[in-house]
Amino acid sequence: MTTIRLETSVEDHHLAKMAAVALGLTVLENAIPSPLPGVKPGLANIITLIVLARFGWRAAAWVSLLRVVAGSLLFGNFLAPGFFLSLSGALCSLAVLAFAIHLPQRLFGPVTHSVLASFAHISGQMTVVYLWLIPHSGIAYLIPFFATAALVFGTVNGLVAARFMDNGDKQLLESKT
Amino acid sequence: MNSHEPAASFLRDLRPGDWLTLLAGGLFIILLTDKVWNGGIADTAVIRSGGKVFSAVPLSRDQQIEVPGPLGTSIITIEKGKARISSDPSPRQYCVRQGWLEQSGEIAICLPNEVSVELTGGQKKYDSLNY
Repeated sequence: MTTIRLETSVEDHHLAKMAAVALGLTVLENAIPSPLPGVKPGLANIITLIVLARFGWRAAAWVSLLRVVAGSLLFGNFLAPGFFLSLSGALCSLAVLAFAIHLPQRLFGPVTHSVLASFAHISGQMTVVYLWLIPHSGIAYLIPFFATAALVFGTVNGLVAARFMDNGDKQLLESKT
Repeated sequence: MNSHEPAASFLRDLRPGDWLTLLAGGLFIILLTDKVWNGGIADTAVIRSGGKVFSAVPLSRDQQIEVPGPLGTSIITIEKGKARISSDPSPRQYCVRQGWLEQSGEIAICLPNEVSVELTGGQKKYDSLNY
């Protein structure tokens, strides 16, 4: 009998665990009713923010994209429109975060990262919605709702991430490793 | 963490630049909302009859305009920068009941009498509006 064995490093395990936590938050979030389709708190991004601050952009990208792919498998919408919306949002967020992490750390913390990423997220999604799903300028009418949600949830997620890193992110991360 | 800490303790997680980001974000949303939800200030009423432009009048001067159509005369009233069709011979009176038009891009159409009023100026947001 042959066994296929993937060589995995400690870092791989760590990333996978972080992605799993993010996945848990995604599932949790899906239980929360939303007033407008597409308006979600994006709790999983708290994990992305923490990973970004602690382990850099590459690790954050892995966690974020693993979460998107695994999440879509879990919800059964892999390669369906919902998956591409998540993916476009995640990719835009990551692109913006790649720049945002170079802002002076003394002045700009997780809240800035979070707010910028959530604006990027919704921009990416709206672009895909417009180009692919609803090519009608009427969706512009919804932009203020989405933008406001992005600012509010971006701020809250950033604060939560900052708080985690203030106290006990060492516990959080090390107990999981 | 001290559990007796006031709720405002989260403020220490906000760095100076974060405030700037929040402020910029808020301003951005206000500008965006203004741009997306307001078609811009209308300055002209374009009146059409039978598909052709009958006249284009500025909204700055209050006046009443009589427009002939196949069923009779429609009366368009312009007042305080707004316009409406105040009288029309069409049977269902949709265009009259639509009331005042204020924003650029708004339009009232009396289909049976082939008369319409459209506000233009500023940035036109819609090709048309329907109700």
